[in-house]
Amino acid sequence: MTKAFDVSKRRLLAGSAALAGIAVAPGITLIATSEARGAGPATSKNRWGLLIDSTKCTAGCDECVVACRTEQGWQGHDRPTTDAQWIRKVSLKDNSTGATHSLPVMCQHCENPPCVDVCPTGASMQRADGIVLVDKHICIGCRYCMMACPYKARSFVHEDVTDQKTHMPRGKGTVESCTLCVHRIDADGIPACVEACTEKAENAMMFGDLNDPGSDIAKELSKQVTTRLRADLGLEPGVHYRGIG
Amino acid sequence: MRRFLGILVLALLTFSAAPGTLVSESMAGESRVPLPSPAKAFKGEQCVEPAAVMRREHMVYLQHQRDETVRDGIRGKKYSLKECVACHATASPKIADGSVRTLQPFCAECHAYAAVTIDCFACHTDKPDNSKSSAVLDDDALMAMIENHLKSPGNTELKQ
Repeated sequence: MTKAFDVSKRRLLAGSAALAGIAVAPGITLIATSEARGAGPATSKNRWGLLIDSTKCTAGCDECVVACRTEQGWQGHDRPTTDAQWIRKVSLKDNSTGATHSLPVMCQHCENPPCVDVCPTGASMQRADGIVLVDKHICIGCRYCMMACPYKARSFVHEDVTDQKTHMPRGKGTVESCTLCVHRIDADGIPACVEACTEKAENAMMFGDLNDPGSDIAKELSKQVTTRLRADLGLEPGVHYRGIG
Repeated sequence: MRRFLGILVLALLTFSAAPGTLVSESMAGESRVPLPSPAKAFKGEQCVEPAAVMRREHMVYLQHQRDETVRDGIRGKKYSLKECVACHATASPKIADGSVRTLQPFCAECHAYAAVTIDCFACHTDKPDNSKSSAVLDDDALMAMIENHLKSPGNTELKQ
């Protein structure tokens, strides 16, 4: 089942819920409209996550990385040691057999995020729906979270930034990482990397609500055992991988 | 002792009053730092609150709501920096020859006058989404645009 289908289905659900709200007499609604997702606060009813199928992901492809960079505007200065890197393609090789595979690695949106534990100001935070973010308003740029993260998911902004995206403020002296495209999720959308992988690449990424047993991602996860990176650390990441176990 | 105190108070009053009158007289004659004249909004006549309220309270609204947005994911409420930019970003001949809309002509006017240094725009962009006259597109986006243009029914003549 493709992500494109998932999107249209969610839009359809949102639309039908809104219709249900209108159909009943004025002032009386039988079904709570799903508009609440966009306007209301994030709740722990949802747990957003990703499923990445490394058997479909091809080594030379970086559509997800390009899409993320374009969406969030973290183009660098061609200085690899200090440029931001929200998502990266990683290649793995089994030395005993020589088999290789490729997979994207970004913030794993852990249920027990070590970056949040170590933050001295509370800037590194987790939303009720499991998305781990940096509140740059109060980030002091100490970079403890970068050291705490076992996935190397966070970047520090070393240089002045101009022409940011309106939905993604970025500034020198703060730490940043994958937001799971929170601005899209709050508008009932899907992350840019997943969209790009579905439309331009091998459909190796899936986004959805891990808490909803009826969601496509939950159904897929129940079919086959998946791996989470460094599961031994007990961080309970929201990103699942298939084909790397 | 009481008499001494009385003289002291009198002397203080005399000295403090004299320079005060001098200053106010000289101010009346000369112009002070010119009053700020923030640019008129790019669109719309009415802000989310009356102008007098916005002048005094805008920072409170923004600070309160930024936490709700970032931490709780509550979006699309009444006060939003994005909406400030959408309406109040204006082009000025002083900035890039008037080719882009920025908040400079609006925000910076009063903030410079009041000696307020804000850092909203160290991270947030002060340009609206469609600020540039010629949007910078990557190759893929450009190709997609051309394809969509050719696909749309009204553009059949371009296919030949």
